[in-house]
Amino acid sequence: MRKATWLAPTLYILFLMLPIYWLVIMSFKTTNEILSVFTLWPQDFTLENYEKIFTDSTWYNGYFNSLAYVLMNTVIAVTAALPAAYAFSRYRFLGDKHLFFWLLTNRMAPPAVFALPFFQLYSAVNLFDTHIAVALAHTLFNIPLAVWILEGFMSGVPKELDETAYVDGYPFWRFFLRIFMPTIAAGIGVAAFFCFMFSWVELLLAKTLTSVAAKPIAATMTRTASTSGYELGLLAAAGTLTIIPGAFVIYFVRNYIAKGFALGRV
Amino acid sequence: MSKISLTDMRHSYLANPEAEEDWALKKMSVDWSDGGAYALLGPSGCGKTTLLNIISGLLTPTEGTVWFGDAEVTNVPPDRRNIAQVFQFPVVYDTMSVYDNLAFPLRNRGIAEDDVDRRVREIAAMLELDAMLSRRAAGLTADGKQKISLGRGLVRDDVNAILFDEPLTVIDPHLKWVLRSKLKELHQRVGTTMIYVTHDQTEALTFADQVVVMHEGTVVQIGTPVELFEHPRHTFVGHFIGSPGMNVLPCALEGGAPMFSGMAVPTDHPVAHRPDGERLEIGVRPEFVSFAQQGIPVEIVRVSDAGRFSIVDTRHGEHLIKLLAPEGEELPSEDAHIRFDPGHTQVYADGWMVS
Amino acid sequence: MAAKTHNPKAWLFVLPVVILVAFNALIPLMTVVNYSVQETFGDNVFFWEGVGWFEQVLHSERFHASLLRQLTFTGIILAIEVPLGVAIALTMPKKGPWVSVCLVFMAMPLLIPWNVVGAMWNIFALPDLGLLGRAINGMGIDYNFTQQPGSAWFTTILMDVWHWTSLVVLLAYAGLRSIPDAYYQAAKIDGASSWAVFRHIQLPKMKRVLTIAILLRFMDSFMIYTEPFVLTGGGPGNSTTFLSIDLVKIALGQFDLGPAAAMSLIYFLIVLLLSWIFYTLMMRNEAQ
Repeated sequence: MRKATWLAPTLYILFLMLPIYWLVIMSFKTTNEILSVFTLWPQDFTLENYEKIFTDSTWYNGYFNSLAYVLMNTVIAVTAALPAAYAFSRYRFLGDKHLFFWLLTNRMAPPAVFALPFFQLYSAVNLFDTHIAVALAHTLFNIPLAVWILEGFMSGVPKELDETAYVDGYPFWRFFLRIFMPTIAAGIGVAAFFCFMFSWVELLLAKTLTSVAAKPIAATMTRTASTSGYELGLLAAAGTLTIIPGAFVIYFVRNYIAKGFALGRV
Repeated sequence: MSKISLTDMRHSYLANPEAEEDWALKKMSVDWSDGGAYALLGPSGCGKTTLLNIISGLLTPTEGTVWFGDAEVTNVPPDRRNIAQVFQFPVVYDTMSVYDNLAFPLRNRGIAEDDVDRRVREIAAMLELDAMLSRRAAGLTADGKQKISLGRGLVRDDVNAILFDEPLTVIDPHLKWVLRSKLKELHQRVGTTMIYVTHDQTEALTFADQVVVMHEGTVVQIGTPVELFEHPRHTFVGHFIGSPGMNVLPCALEGGAPMFSGMAVPTDHPVAHRPDGERLEIGVRPEFVSFAQQGIPVEIVRVSDAGRFSIVDTRHGEHLIKLLAPEGEELPSEDAHIRFDPGHTQVYADGWMVS
Repeated sequence: MAAKTHNPKAWLFVLPVVILVAFNALIPLMTVVNYSVQETFGDNVFFWEGVGWFEQVLHSERFHASLLRQLTFTGIILAIEVPLGVAIALTMPKKGPWVSVCLVFMAMPLLIPWNVVGAMWNIFALPDLGLLGRAINGMGIDYNFTQQPGSAWFTTILMDVWHWTSLVVLLAYAGLRSIPDAYYQAAKIDGASSWAVFRHIQLPKMKRVLTIAILLRFMDSFMIYTEPFVLTGGGPGNSTTFLSIDLVKIALGQFDLGPAAAMSLIYFLIVLLLSWIFYTLMMRNEAQ
């Protein structure tokens, strides 16, 4: 082995961690310290910023709102994508290739293009400012992605598995739920991971479709930043808290990420 | 080209092997003579591939030394051992043409382009690849790809040995024997030492002059196919080679003669003194068991027709004994007895033949 | 792969997906098309405008400037992130506990909400309060991303590299892990140099995942909105106003629905067209 191959990944991870480090220590500083002195470590370690977030309902509700629509979106996208991906991987039918391509083009649609029409559409069907509105809107890019990933995994499962099950007398749905889904469990995990990820990080549509009741945490942050000027500590604390769910999810799927990427299509 | 020797070698994948089963390869010394066609035969997980990788230099043994002729190569990397290896799954460089694939090992060694061209064309002709030299290697069938892998070994005129790691695994059954006879033919033509790893006895016995049988990290016997058949040195060899495998029956000793179930079993290989082993057995192949007027009384359990002979399963008490009956032989309907050919009846202690 | 069977009932399987995506894609797209060919002065009164808005957008210098900025930005980040991602994937450990550690840390930027990424980099790069700003100014370089277009571009690109290189790393790493050991062993025996191993084994085997990585990075960087909007607001001046930022300014800021809709469609078509070109070029390369 060549020496010092660990150097490049280490430097890269260091580079990734620096801004996060700065954000996190900023969240433990007082506003006074932030504005008056430049310190690499909080002089006056304070939990004030976090206290404010955990006691103010506009703040902590933002978290629940975000988690609510992200989870709804993940469930809807994966559930709808499962049978569709199965159809694409196993059957030929009228327009299958065009349909698959059309689905993928939606992954290429800039959300900015859809912001205004979405606002009008969801207002028209009386879903504006609800969790389900954001969850549905995010299916625009998450369903194509989930279908794509799952189709890749399913194509890797030999057709003989299906045929054996039919010969053994399994009705289709029981085969699908009891045999097929466990077989591609890793694929479902990867698809769910990506749905979670893209729904969690997206803000343009989430912000456009909500005002008060379903406002995501990230949007609350933006408002704080613009109205109260230099509340950097509070902003940093809120930002730090948004990193935690993502870090959790990554920790749980850490062993599947590389494997999942390699097995599936992504 | 030279003889390959492994001396007092053993290997473990663990950092600190302690117990006997920590060793993937138990202590062994094996010589591979120059120009031989060897098969390394054994079930999955017996250490065949480990042994092969130690010879090629992909692994360094935990203990002991590897010699090519008079030079010790234990710590020499594979590219300087002048070894070629063909893997279970075909390895070709997808982006290159067949020609460039064959030229690759030569070009890496800085050989002049004229010589490269001459060698590549010569080997391609030998392997019947000459018609597809300009094709992309990725587009070939599995057997074509395996030929390329083999060709990359053959182009080098300095190879000490060509190692094969179950090379026919992904080849269509009807092409297997074509490739196998091609290999045999090549061996006779180029005379390079070849070591062929397989778990398939047919492959091993048809390819090799010398078969090395491995079992749980140990070399149990090295010999010609006939030796392995007639004088298996270990009950494992008896089981593994031949179809059906050797009958192995528990026995006792009385004055050097083996006793099975209270009856003396005549053998040309009597035992001089009681061996140290715990477990005593006699082994006799079904080919050397026949029906007789008297001997061991048995009842016939099942007869299956296998073409020129039938395989007869008989039972004596709780012991099953198989025998081969020539086609058309009348089977005794009742009161059947069998006898063992004394020349091919051996006593084994703890699995090892007692001589 | 075995041949697929013909089954018209498969449409039932894809129906939920079709309904959901059609609801989300077709209706809004119709709205956009509708706006793009009409003029309004408010009060829901519309006049037929034909292709007028399209002509206006296509000839507007403002659109040309945004498009040029967008292409430059996408070109730069692809040129940095793809080679860097591949290089890091190549040096990552192949097995052992460090693999998980690397993956967990590297995936972290991918799961941070995009506006938090913008806000974080804002805090990080502030010339007086931020670690990066302080450090650069400390080296004697005059740096202020809210005032100087050069600094703003530098910061935006650095932020994108920070944010997305890991995606390329993960994909390239997955591609590398799928190469069987026998390839490396054969190359060792053939006496191949590490460059030859990269050129003839690793790169060809990564082609598929790299195609996906380039395509994803191309599409996503072409649609980038939130991070630069939070970081620079498109400024100073218009220097970091990329296509999406410009579009939202026109649509929601100035409420010029007609031009915004026409621009949306042109924008969408550009993404589709470029993605298609990328895709076919890379696939043709593969088919050769």
